[in-house]
Amino acid sequence: MAAFDEMLPEVSGLRRPYEAYDRWLKEQDPARLTQKMQDAERVFRKTGITFAVYGEQEASERLIPFDIVPRILSGQEWRRLTQGIEQRVQALNAFLDDIYHRQEILRAGRVPRELVAKNEAFLPEMIGVRPPAGVYTHIIGVDIVRISENEFYVLEDNARTPSGVSYMLENRETMMQLFPELFQKIKVRPVENYPQLLRQSLAAVRPQSTKGAPTIAVLTPGSYNSAYFEHAFLADQMGVQLVEGQDLRVVDGHVAMRTTEGYKQIDVLYRRVDDAFLDPLTFRPDSALGVPGIMDVYRAGNITIANAPGTGIADDKAIYSYMPEIVEFYTGRKAILGNIPTWRCSEPDSLKYVLEHISELVIKEVHGSGGYGMLVGPAATKKECQEFAKKLQAKPSNYIAQPTLALSTCPILTEKGLSPRHVDLRPYVLVSDRIQIVPGGLTRVALKQGSLVVNSSQGGGTKDTWVLDD
Amino acid sequence: MLLGRTANGLYWMNRYIERAENMARLVDAGLRMALTRTQNASEEWNSVLLSAGSDYAFSQKYQDYTAANVSDFLLRDTSNPSSTMSSIETARNNARMVRTALTRETWESINEAWMSLKRMLARPIDERDLPTVLDAIKRETALIRGSFYGTMLRNEIFDFSQLGTYVERADNTARILDVKYYVLLPSLSWVGSTLDNYQWESILRSVSAHRSYRWVYEADYKPTNIADYLILNVRMPRSLTFCYRFLGEHLKFLADDYGERHACHATAEKIQALLKRGSIKDIFDHGLHEFLAEFIRDNTRLGDEIAQDYRFY
Repeated sequence: MAAFDEMLPEVSGLRRPYEAYDRWLKEQDPARLTQKMQDAERVFRKTGITFAVYGEQEASERLIPFDIVPRILSGQEWRRLTQGIEQRVQALNAFLDDIYHRQEILRAGRVPRELVAKNEAFLPEMIGVRPPAGVYTHIIGVDIVRISENEFYVLEDNARTPSGVSYMLENRETMMQLFPELFQKIKVRPVENYPQLLRQSLAAVRPQSTKGAPTIAVLTPGSYNSAYFEHAFLADQMGVQLVEGQDLRVVDGHVAMRTTEGYKQIDVLYRRVDDAFLDPLTFRPDSALGVPGIMDVYRAGNITIANAPGTGIADDKAIYSYMPEIVEFYTGRKAILGNIPTWRCSEPDSLKYVLEHISELVIKEVHGSGGYGMLVGPAATKKECQEFAKKLQAKPSNYIAQPTLALSTCPILTEKGLSPRHVDLRPYVLVSDRIQIVPGGLTRVALKQGSLVVNSSQGGGTKDTWVLDD
Repeated sequence: MLLGRTANGLYWMNRYIERAENMARLVDAGLRMALTRTQNASEEWNSVLLSAGSDYAFSQKYQDYTAANVSDFLLRDTSNPSSTMSSIETARNNARMVRTALTRETWESINEAWMSLKRMLARPIDERDLPTVLDAIKRETALIRGSFYGTMLRNEIFDFSQLGTYVERADNTARILDVKYYVLLPSLSWVGSTLDNYQWESILRSVSAHRSYRWVYEADYKPTNIADYLILNVRMPRSLTFCYRFLGEHLKFLADDYGERHACHATAEKIQALLKRGSIKDIFDHGLHEFLAEFIRDNTRLGDEIAQDYRFY
């Protein structure tokens, strides 16, 4: 399976978006580039941009490797993507509003009722609750893969708490520090204003009862969380408080934080804590990460929680396979961005097909994330396939399967020069009274030759993503 | 506006940075004693451990009070929560927690100190390398202090940080004096033997004051002068009076900022008044050990009150 290379496809030669970069690259001394690569690593380590890897006791903090060759999209490619993303995000919010209210899509039989009703990500506590400004999922990361010049697919919608945006920002910052001259030569659309946009976006969805400028805070599970760096980074860049559950309590019908001068009211909470831990009085009683009673405040309309509780039902992998129907149902038009064909193993015919073709498919847990608990058929041994097949048969509804796509590649700089590696793309979308997409996103790259797994927890790296101002 | 938890993190971050450095200084002083006096080295190491407040924990682990054992325990043993390595690690964890309150320069200096000391203290220290290691520790903490003073806004964040620094420092100086108080007592001091000279120098060295002492007092070590220097001198940056001058100042800034006084203000003022009123003669008359024991108790209480009054927990 030959993959489409975004810089140098075999058939047509150097692609236009990369022309200016290629000219610059050819003028560079290879030794200097290697030096820059090491500089980049030092910058990241020094600033402490690390992430924790679950299951690795030794290296509790590691760097996500950064590659200095940018991934470049033309303005035209980007415009097409944004149309598709906007449509999809509108549909996601409409779907959430619908299933927590009239459930018309279920009545119309377009999505099976039990898929929603029996889903852990569906929160009955949210039925009939309308979040401030009617927005459910405020911050979304849509994972997109490309397989040819004109074929883009959505791999996953991250509608709960998408992470990685800090890498988008730090990658750009690092590139501008390393190669200032490049940005003078090539017009790249800026991403730096993301924190300001995020802050404005959160302020715009404040509760109606808020008087004056709203107080915003970022809720983190704490400094041992793998994404803590990002939580701190975003709070810092937005100029808002970074709070933990232990800082918060309900005071006079509002959520308030403990400051050195007493409790102060919070109006908008950008939470990076999962639904289950949000309120021990409503969800998991053993949670120490949340705020007892916050759901009552929420239902009374006195705080905005972003993203809203219960949004997970929209990015569930079993629901994902219905996204084309969902988009059409709510927007009245065919989805601009397609889905990857997906077999739902809960359906007997599909299960049969998946078991027969296990070595050709990618099989994922419906509720899994981060590349854990998945099987990449073509890369797996016969024994691994057999073992996975047992798990699959034991609990078919827990899995979906997709064909192994020839993800596009983009070159990385190795000791022997440029070498193609598979990539995906996560643009970040902000929803308030409008939809905003920052021109760029996080490009994840599988650093191992031939590997298709781009997750940072599984040996993936990142690249700066350029959208050209052309 | 500052979260109580953030104030707590800043306070302890700075206490532990101070502590990391104090451990190095104590080992430095012990090393000097051991080098200059071959007899009774183990006694000296024992008093180093007493000053560090780590004598009991040490005795649980070791029998011999040697340079290698003590320096290992005080500098790199992570089972000792006050060792330099543990302190830097705790300081960094607190810094990570309060990262949004720190300038990039301050955070990076702490993170880099942690990285470089972790590397340096990964393996047991060869005795020949000990001076280099001690220098490196002092240099790293000096860099942190430099970035902190050079870049931080003088607001409540700065105030809570300084409270941590000075509460820890005052505690440290008082303990060093208390462990050696008997060599400073007048009855012994007039003996003026070589032994005493070494002891006195060691006290000054453990607070990095063996050179500056001579700029202020006469060249000879005199116990009353040494005690005066470490307790009452307003300009000596590790003296109790100096620490309380700044504790008082930063608490006052907070009271002005917030428009509210607390129990900690009264406690700090009481201690300050005590230091201002007394002469070193009064303190000796009252009993040096009694004075220091009371000071350490009051200083600890001040720390507890700060935590309570500003809602650290």
